[in-house]
Amino acid sequence: MKKQPSNTINLNRRHFLGSGSALILGFTMGCKQEASEVAVSSIKNVSAEVTKGSDEPFISTLFNAWLSINNNGTVTILASNPEIGQGVKTALPMIVAEELDFPWEKVIVEQAPVDPVVYERQVAGGSFSVRSLWDPLRQAGATARAMLTRAAADGWGVNVSDCTATQGLVTNTVTGDSLDYGSLAIKAAQLPVPALDSLTLKSAANFSLLGKRISGVDNRAIVTGQPLYGIDANVENLHFATYTSCPNVGGTLRSSNLDHIKNLKGVKQAFVVKGKGGYGELREGVAIVATSTWAAISAKKRLEIEWDTSAASSDDWSEMHERAKQIISETEGELLHSDGDADAALAKASTTIEGTYSYPFVSHAPLEPQNCTVSVAEGKVNIWAPTQVPARAMQAAAKMFNLDPASVTVHQLRAGGGFGRRLYNDYFLEAVAIALEAAVPVKLQWTREDDMAHDYYRPAGTHGLQAGLDDQGKLTAWKNHYVTYSEDGKEPVRWGAYMESTFPRQLVNNYQVNQSLQRQTIPTGAWRAPISCAFGFVINGFIHEVATAAGKDHRDFMLELLEKDDQIASLFGDPFIPARARDTITEVCKRAGWGNQSIKNRALGLAFYFSHNAYVAEVADVEVMAGNKVKIHKVYIVTDVGPIVNMSMAENICEGGIIDGLSTMARLELDAKAGAVVESNFDQYQMLRMPEAPEIDVHFLQTDNIPAGLGEPTLPPIAGAVVNAIFAASGERVRELPLSRSGFTLA
Amino acid sequence: MTDITLSVNGESRTLKDIDPEMPLLWALRDELKLVGTKYGCGIAQCGACTVHFEGNPVRSCSLPVSAAAGKNIITVEGLAKDDQLTALQQAWVELDVPQCGYCQAGQLMSATALLEQNSNPTDDDIDAAMAGNICRCGTYVRIRAAIKQAAKVKRGGAA
Ligand code: FES
Ligand code: FES
Repeated sequence: MKKQPSNTINLNRRHFLGSGSALILGFTMGCKQEASEVAVSSIKNVSAEVTKGSDEPFISTLFNAWLSINNNGTVTILASNPEIGQGVKTALPMIVAEELDFPWEKVIVEQAPVDPVVYERQVAGGSFSVRSLWDPLRQAGATARAMLTRAAADGWGVNVSDCTATQGLVTNTVTGDSLDYGSLAIKAAQLPVPALDSLTLKSAANFSLLGKRISGVDNRAIVTGQPLYGIDANVENLHFATYTSCPNVGGTLRSSNLDHIKNLKGVKQAFVVKGKGGYGELREGVAIVATSTWAAISAKKRLEIEWDTSAASSDDWSEMHERAKQIISETEGELLHSDGDADAALAKASTTIEGTYSYPFVSHAPLEPQNCTVSVAEGKVNIWAPTQVPARAMQAAAKMFNLDPASVTVHQLRAGGGFGRRLYNDYFLEAVAIALEAAVPVKLQWTREDDMAHDYYRPAGTHGLQAGLDDQGKLTAWKNHYVTYSEDGKEPVRWGAYMESTFPRQLVNNYQVNQSLQRQTIPTGAWRAPISCAFGFVINGFIHEVATAAGKDHRDFMLELLEKDDQIASLFGDPFIPARARDTITEVCKRAGWGNQSIKNRALGLAFYFSHNAYVAEVADVEVMAGNKVKIHKVYIVTDVGPIVNMSMAENICEGGIIDGLSTMARLELDAKAGAVVESNFDQYQMLRMPEAPEIDVHFLQTDNIPAGLGEPTLPPIAGAVVNAIFAASGERVRELPLSRSGFTLA
Repeated sequence: MTDITLSVNGESRTLKDIDPEMPLLWALRDELKLVGTKYGCGIAQCGACTVHFEGNPVRSCSLPVSAAAGKNIITVEGLAKDDQLTALQQAWVELDVPQCGYCQAGQLMSATALLEQNSNPTDDDIDAAMAGNICRCGTYVRIRAAIKQAAKVKRGGAA
């Protein structure tokens, strides 16, 4: 297999674009065919394709950390960030190819090695990949294109301005001669790297690839069942492991029937792993290493463990949920922040509105349960994992087990979903601990039950809202008493903190948030569009209540609320521009036929949310039938996320965010008793299925603002849109999710 | 422990000294290294492990390998013949169905069984045939479109 560039040479670190000349790498066929010890990866297939039927040495000229130009008419582009289903393995290379101006069919995409020095933020999270790499990747492509053009111009003895570089060819516009990039690569790479400010990047109007529908680079491998995912990793002499830790979170091990387990058929080793590290790290538990996954799972079922739960969590989530409502009705909470004077404005208001909203704890439940494969040999630790944070995981493992970071290699493999779960390295550290102790290569496989029991859950929350309207029906006061959870009684749990500048702050003069904390110790974490995923429901539902009380059309009320023309500083850390919000709302209502509905028991509901620098408006077309059965006929989404990279995946991810939001709002909720999560598998945690999935109309307002990611921000508005439609269709207000708790089921 | 012979994608395969209780899923993945079939829940809820058993879609996580002795099993690896994608696989690629892609082998196996029995499925037929397959990423809209496109191609229409 072809060596990854940064394994082979020491890239000019940090400034892979800025200085020095590019590097030339030569590979002979023999070298490329060295079998990798891992049978995982599309990379291997691609390399084979490149060399097929050729005895010519394959020369790949490395221009920068993302891009090599090959002498066989292809270009290799490295995708630096983890692919978890958000499409970056296709989208990021597309950005490079656009500015390089090279035909996409001849681009070979490879997953980049994990190298935090070269690639800095190799993370799938925060909808940040496209946004943070937009400029660097465009520059990477444009730099190479400029160097290739210069090399051709020099060869022809003409000015660069007499040459054009398009679709892999540099053309002399005077003579009409042309040369392909491959033939110019070695010469071009030796030229000085042009300064960034000398580059001319394409204008959006001149994009030939970006904005098109491009099928994902792994799609063929996916539909033919090729090994791609963490769970597919295979190394020689692989052993299979399970891990069992205390269901009551934080419990430790008192005793177990290890001797019995060790004698079971197929079991090679069984041992205790001591807990270590902090949040998101190593839980105490029992490892079983066996000859097959099934042998390890069967033995796990026969484990008898006595746990010491004296220091374990004692959370009871349904009790805490009830207590939260009580806290709101009986107390005021502590002041978190205040603009103007909400109490005075409420006292003066001609109409006041009140409502208590709540949502439950939920699990990430990516379809591929956690797993990790580790091989330790000759002082080298190789790890294959479906992680959202390969570099962070590598560093955590090196630190915890006193390994030389240079001896640890993480191979990032496609992840069967992430949703934030794989930002945490617990399973990764368990696998390393097991492999170090067992001294054989090990694949740790979590069961679905492990995955549900040991997640970093989306925290539940309860909001006691009050609003005031003046005699014109204008919103004059907004007050929220937010009840969240806390491990230490002082700070909110992770991702349970109030997002201070959330919508509609700064759009209403008198705005106040109070907070109360309840003790809760099962760990929480970032779940797709953290905080926003829940606040989007609460805020949109309540604004609709306020609009209804004002006797105004919901759309008109929203537009009026957003009428400010200046931008609002630092809403979610990004400037919020009300005009962009208004445009998405206006457009989505237009597409949905707002105001024209006339079918009995059927209505449209609107919601808007701004997160991750994305403006997202959604309308749900919902019918409420006998017995409170809810049919979601169609959902419309309009977003402004700047220019679209891959239209196909952009649409797909909008649909996915909506389906995930519907799935979660319909019936997903978790309970915990005595610190242990009750629901253990998909029979008790029932996601949306095909018959319930609505038609979805996706539209982008393609503005020339900087691009925002799409993985998260399409989810937050949907629950609000649906409950608002339910109200419009039936007069019933849903303030508590999931819908099943409020007496509604999906049809 | 026993030896079990079964036909997988048209080839006779013998599993030596195998636990007869081992689900077919793990026999395929760990013993035969056919890893296209995926593990999602282990309790016949998600459909990620769907294979064809004598032509019918089944959940391989819940079928002991002993039950597959002497039977014909088709997995996702066995759909394309000589590198030639089936109409469904082709539609999946053309419509860019996958997000993470983890559920898609199971989705394809269910969809393949549907089109073998029904060359012109309605939305209700699709709902019924596909309800056993969860897509956590929510690609249902595209799966439906791809099934319709493939059905049309198979019936001799253009895509
Ligand atoms: S793994 Fe078999 S149905 Fe989920
Ligand atoms: S594409 Fe991710 S589970 Fe279906």
